[in-house]
Amino acid sequence: MGFLDIDNTTKSYGAVEVLHKVDISVEEGKFLVLVGPSGCGKSTLLNMIAGLEDITSGEIRIKDVVMNGVHPSKRNIAMVFQSYALYPNMTVGQNITFGLEMHGTPKAEREKAMHDVAKLLQIEQLLDRKPGALSGGQRQRVAMGRALVRNPDVFLFDEPLSNLDAKLRVDMRTEIKKLHQNLGTTIVYVTHDQIEAMTLSTRIAVMNGGYVQQLGTPQEIYDTPANIFVATFMGSPAMNVVPATVRLANGRPVAEVALHDGSLAELPFSQDNLAAWEGRDILLGIRPETITDEDAADRKSSNIAHLTNRIVVTEPAGSDTFVSMTLGGKDVIARMRSDAEVRPGADFTFAVNMEKAVAFDPASKNRIVP
Amino acid sequence: MSARTEADFQTRLQNWLPKLVLSPSLAMVLIFVYGFILFTVYVSFTDSRILPFVNNDGQRTLELIGFSNYEKLFSLSHWEISLWNMATFAGLYIGICTCLGLGLAIFLDQKIRAEGALRTIYLYPMALSFIVTGTAWKWFLDPGIGLENVMQSWGWTSFEFDWIKNRDYAIYTVVLAAVWQTSGFVMAMFLAGLRGIDNEILKAAQMDGASNWNLYRRIIIPQLRPAFLSAFVILSHLAIKTFDLVIALTGGGPGRATELPATFMYSYTFSRNQMGIGASSAVIMLMTIAAIMIPYLYAELREKK
Amino acid sequence: MSVAMQDTAIRTGRAVRVLIYLFLLLFALFYLLPLYVMLVNSVKPLSEITGGGMMALPEVWTIEPWLKAWSTAQIGVEPTGLKPYFWNSISMVVPAVAISTILGALNGYVLTKWRFRYDTILFGLMLFACFIPFQIVLIPMAAVLGFLGLAGTASGLVLVHVVYGIGFSTLYFRNYYAVFPTELVRAAQIDGASFFKIFWRILLPSSGPIAVVCIIWQFTNIWNDFLFGASFASGDGAPMTVALNNLVQSSTGVKEYNVHFAGAILAALPTLLVYIVAGRYFVRGLMAGSVKG
Repeated sequence: MGFLDIDNTTKSYGAVEVLHKVDISVEEGKFLVLVGPSGCGKSTLLNMIAGLEDITSGEIRIKDVVMNGVHPSKRNIAMVFQSYALYPNMTVGQNITFGLEMHGTPKAEREKAMHDVAKLLQIEQLLDRKPGALSGGQRQRVAMGRALVRNPDVFLFDEPLSNLDAKLRVDMRTEIKKLHQNLGTTIVYVTHDQIEAMTLSTRIAVMNGGYVQQLGTPQEIYDTPANIFVATFMGSPAMNVVPATVRLANGRPVAEVALHDGSLAELPFSQDNLAAWEGRDILLGIRPETITDEDAADRKSSNIAHLTNRIVVTEPAGSDTFVSMTLGGKDVIARMRSDAEVRPGADFTFAVNMEKAVAFDPASKNRIVP
Repeated sequence: MSARTEADFQTRLQNWLPKLVLSPSLAMVLIFVYGFILFTVYVSFTDSRILPFVNNDGQRTLELIGFSNYEKLFSLSHWEISLWNMATFAGLYIGICTCLGLGLAIFLDQKIRAEGALRTIYLYPMALSFIVTGTAWKWFLDPGIGLENVMQSWGWTSFEFDWIKNRDYAIYTVVLAAVWQTSGFVMAMFLAGLRGIDNEILKAAQMDGASNWNLYRRIIIPQLRPAFLSAFVILSHLAIKTFDLVIALTGGGPGRATELPATFMYSYTFSRNQMGIGASSAVIMLMTIAAIMIPYLYAELREKK
Repeated sequence: MSVAMQDTAIRTGRAVRVLIYLFLLLFALFYLLPLYVMLVNSVKPLSEITGGGMMALPEVWTIEPWLKAWSTAQIGVEPTGLKPYFWNSISMVVPAVAISTILGALNGYVLTKWRFRYDTILFGLMLFACFIPFQIVLIPMAAVLGFLGLAGTASGLVLVHVVYGIGFSTLYFRNYYAVFPTELVRAAQIDGASFFKIFWRILLPSSGPIAVVCIIWQFTNIWNDFLFGASFASGDGAPMTVALNNLVQSSTGVKEYNVHFAGAILAALPTLLVYIVAGRYFVRGLMAGSVKG
């Protein structure tokens, strides 16, 4: 039993099931991120936790109390909305204390709680303003203040940063992370942005098509994605997925891939059990940052393979230079140091960290588990 | 899974409140609109002549007599005249209002000075009662004191304008007053449509070398289709409902020259003690309006979803 | 008014512009003509009108026709003028507008923020009710008002106008609340606000403009109604429009055109004033009622 349990929960609209048997458990004080493309069901799930949508079957429990059918205001949760949902006709102070007022908290107590929260979020000077007079970042803070003041068991965040510009988004991301570290509250956070998911979470549930594709720590999700969807959704640029064939070289499995001119290169696997796939086609997953030049290759890796291939395009991005090439008939991106000497049209010898490479079953699209 | 039955009292109450709040309005509409429609349909198949549902022999009855009210209705020259009058009136009213409204809107859309004042002037008749409109036009068009008299007193002694007293022309005075009342509204609908057209499309068309005439004919007016449709639906439903204006302007006369279905229904039901026939004429009116409104509302509500 | 001036790409020549202005001014005169006729002839003696001077300004100015129309003209049995009927209209319009607006606001709130199965169909039923020819309900309504003892009373007309007015008021509020952020309602739910608290504290404070639109529309429609008034309250309880019609159509005695015109202005004055003060909202209501959805 965790602090928040989502147990075999489904959601249907009429005959259409939009969430299929979701099972997630969150420990107290953890930061769970629900991430996925739009329409994957993540917001629906969040609304079900909040009590804004009914649960079709299964149970949602907070602190071991079944929440099905319990009114949102009685779940001791707080929510930060994508649009912030600040009441336009009330001042910032009234927005923050509205929930306490509805719960019958005495005025003096409300005032105190409001000032504490305002101090914590550094919005004391805004308390008498109307939301219309605030900037995006300030509104964001007020929305968080409204959630914080309730001192809830679980915080729910529904894409709270998506309406901010890029720089502010990074700042607020850090702010939310700090807040979580300081207050130690349990958070469920919905986003479509995989970087937010990676940076904020202690646990990630990657969702697609109403299914939880994978539930795990950020590192697990990143290094050992359960399937091609998770592999390509998490990480930017996305993981390269290259058609390859498993061969045996000296009794150990290697991936045979076609270079730009059709000639074949062999990349030895670190996972010996892939020998069972000898002669069969697989999809080889290689993250861009594991394809570099020799000098930048990971010293700690025990399995650096080399391949020489033609460079198609180079994209200097300041800190790195992205290089694209053709491998196995697909465009493949390599992430090089910015001072790597790469020219379009030239042949170049890349160092590939095969320790980090993963293999997928082309039929099921699932990762072949070592 | 017993989970779904565990809703606490407050939550269940909150789930029911919305429906509870809607129900008085809904009940009113169901009874006073749809119930009454069914009842009128029922009356149209009975031999009732006056309230409270008394028949020819003075008995309180609502005996079904089949379609004979409808048969009688369509054999009445009075009804036939009112249908023809409606055809003339509706055709001219809708046509003139649409053309005039569109013309005014296009001209007003040319960065006109005092556009706001002009719009206010064009639209104020919509705020007036048809009885007021009818009274004003009735005396203005009256040959004895109105336009004819004025012209003659100004020295044009051969001037004649007695349409309102003339059986052949009286219906056109109803058209005139109705157009006066609603054409400004049609103008506003078209103006809103014109203002909704993307200016970049117009600029692109001008770069393509389109003249103003072609710009309107090929680019702008085709894009006003929704406004045309709305105007047609609103105007035709107003035309069928036209009642007060005729009462105030001509009283249906001279003779029956300006009788419309609405006035027919009223006089047969309340003054001629032919309630069954009155009801059947009301049913015909409803069916005509429903044939226009239902597809339109259906399309509008579907789009919204 | 509701449509803002926009920079049009269309250019026109000078001669064309002169013609456009002429056309627009001509029609401005056309629309103003009846108002002018009513105004000038309501302040001149009857003899000037019958003598062919309908279009001329009064030679002798008089407010006698106004006084007569207001307080002494023969309308019913007694020479009461339009005054009692004016108050009939007021006592009918005020409650009818208030009730239909409140119900419309609640309906709009429920239909947009608490959606349930068939809500669109229910709304469609309410909306269609706005457009029926009211002849179809006259007979049963007369019977029901008689049965309830409300025939010929202001309360009866209030009931009628509320019933046939909620379609439009619901339409206005539904369309307005449809674009009101649903997240605010959800936030308030989480904050623990009840169904009515959410309406009262969150939606209503932002509903000023649409309430004005709705009130003006209902006021204009109900004040100007003739059919229901004539059908259900033709005697002493008649509203202003019915009384005006009786005044103008009465066949006894000399036709006092100047009194008729003064009476017509009196009947038009409330709605005209509203139009002059808040025309913007009136036009918005008009447009929302025509370009539905």
